[in-house]
Amino acid sequence: MGDTTASTPTMTAEVEMIPITVDFSGGLEMLFSNQRRHSLEIPATDKDGKPCNIASLIGYLCENTMKDPRRELFVLDDHIRPGILVLINDADWELEGEEAYEIQRGDNILFVSTLHGG
Amino acid sequence: MSRKNGNYTNNHMGDAAQNGVRDSLAPEEFDRYSRQMIVPGMGKDSQLRLLNSHVLIIGAGGLGCPAAQYITGAGVGTIGIVDGDVVETSNLHRQVGHATSRVGMLKVESLITHLRALNPLPNYVAYPFPISPENAAEVIRGYDLVLDCTDNPATRYLISDICVLLCKPLVSAASVQKSGQLIVLNCPPAPQGLVDNKYAPCYRCCFRKPPPAGSMVSCGEAGIMGPVVGTMGVMQAGEAIKILASGLHLPGSEGGNLREPTLLIYTYELENTIGPFSFRALKMGGRKKNCFACGENSTLTLEGIKGGDPNYEQFCSLPSAKHTLPAEERITASEYNAARISGKLPDGHILVDTREKEHFSFGSIPGAVNVPFGKLLTSAAKIKREGGAGHGILPHGVAEDAPIFVVCRKGLDSQEAVEKLKELGMDNGGKRKITDIKGGMQAWKEEVDPTFPFI
Ligand SMILES: [Zn+2]
Repeated sequence: MGDTTASTPTMTAEVEMIPITVDFSGGLEMLFSNQRRHSLEIPATDKDGKPCNIASLIGYLCENTMKDPRRELFVLDDHIRPGILVLINDADWELEGEEAYEIQRGDNILFVSTLHGG
Repeated sequence: MSRKNGNYTNNHMGDAAQNGVRDSLAPEEFDRYSRQMIVPGMGKDSQLRLLNSHVLIIGAGGLGCPAAQYITGAGVGTIGIVDGDVVETSNLHRQVGHATSRVGMLKVESLITHLRALNPLPNYVAYPFPISPENAAEVIRGYDLVLDCTDNPATRYLISDICVLLCKPLVSAASVQKSGQLIVLNCPPAPQGLVDNKYAPCYRCCFRKPPPAGSMVSCGEAGIMGPVVGTMGVMQAGEAIKILASGLHLPGSEGGNLREPTLLIYTYELENTIGPFSFRALKMGGRKKNCFACGENSTLTLEGIKGGDPNYEQFCSLPSAKHTLPAEERITASEYNAARISGKLPDGHILVDTREKEHFSFGSIPGAVNVPFGKLLTSAAKIKREGGAGHGILPHGVAEDAPIFVVCRKGLDSQEAVEKLKELGMDNGGKRKITDIKGGMQAWKEEVDPTFPFI
């Protein structure tokens, strides 16, 4: 699948796709077909031509990857819901610019639900 | 006072840990702690620091039991344990500090009984009540380090806030189902308001807001694997021992996690052996300027907390949008059963049980079919999006006008399921009845079948 969807520079009208991995942990994987790792090709730019950032990735995941309808367990008022940490290449997204971080080829984005049990 | 140390007998050691600073080891201690003292980096000084330490373990459950065992084994001088619960049989698969013979006993008493058998030398202090805003500062004040082994967000924020105000390092862990998390906070501790990035974060710096109440909980209880929570508890003890033995908690310490606060996550997959991503170490930020508790302009005080400000319960329990169906769409478990026995249930009806398949596997009402809640919602959303008959949610062979009953674990999911089915038009404009069984299988056990294996 990776081979056939790789970007083809000759077709300039097509949006460039960038390969990333998105991981879910702490129970969030339940909302994403019980699959912890998703290898995705996402459009490098959004519909307004702006580079894809974490905010647009969250929208993309809701539209394309999340089969469970309980969106409110992942997003709240268009932002990631409280109690979910976002890690960009294993670092807290607050160290990287949060929602505004522009996604790079090969990035790993991890969503972790904070646990409280014991 | 410390000169007398050579003469300590067993009985006096507890007093010594409380009143004086130990500067030598009794022969019995040499023997007991020898294998850990010869580990490179440990030695006599480290062992003495452990003997002179006071550690508080809040929560005597799945995290607290394994943590307490290793804190005790290592020879920490004073060990306080806080918990208001009593031991239940369903605790025992993971709470390894309790025992079948102690079911019904206060957890702190049960655990201390176990710990004394392991090591009679430490001084044990029991706090047989839950930690609360009123008592937290008094309980925590006398200790060098705190282990958060509790099980809910409100106490986690409370404990962290008190640790910030009293300058105590905090080793925090949590675990649910097949996941665990661990982080060392506030270490080395720095006074509230001191903020440039070199100070260690508190719990609020890392987890600014709690999840909305009930966000990951459906009607079914989440469950927990013993070795997962046990691993996290043992690691808490490991972090605490390091911190105390090496003096990382002392102000001005150059060591510790101040440069690289790290959240460790553990994921346990039932259908897979350990793999490259079973453990992940995630880089967290340092102390935050605008943190509510430790930040620059924080107004958090011990007096405030004691007086109910902030309100931790409210902070952690944003209202959930659950509502109740009208009476005509509901039936009690005993009414359903009476109709079932007397053959008065409508012809061709179907009973949908929306519990998870693991719960369903232990038993169900005769004739029930299992459509787990998450799956039901997913199919409903797909039908809404792509069109198609709502009927596809139900098993094949069910008549299109068959009345539907819905039951879940405790009676919340089933009501939502009734609404979803109606949204899809499956009530045929009111001609087909879709009914919720009030109170779910819990009510079934209470009202109809006391032997039902309700989990
Ligand atoms: Zn803080």
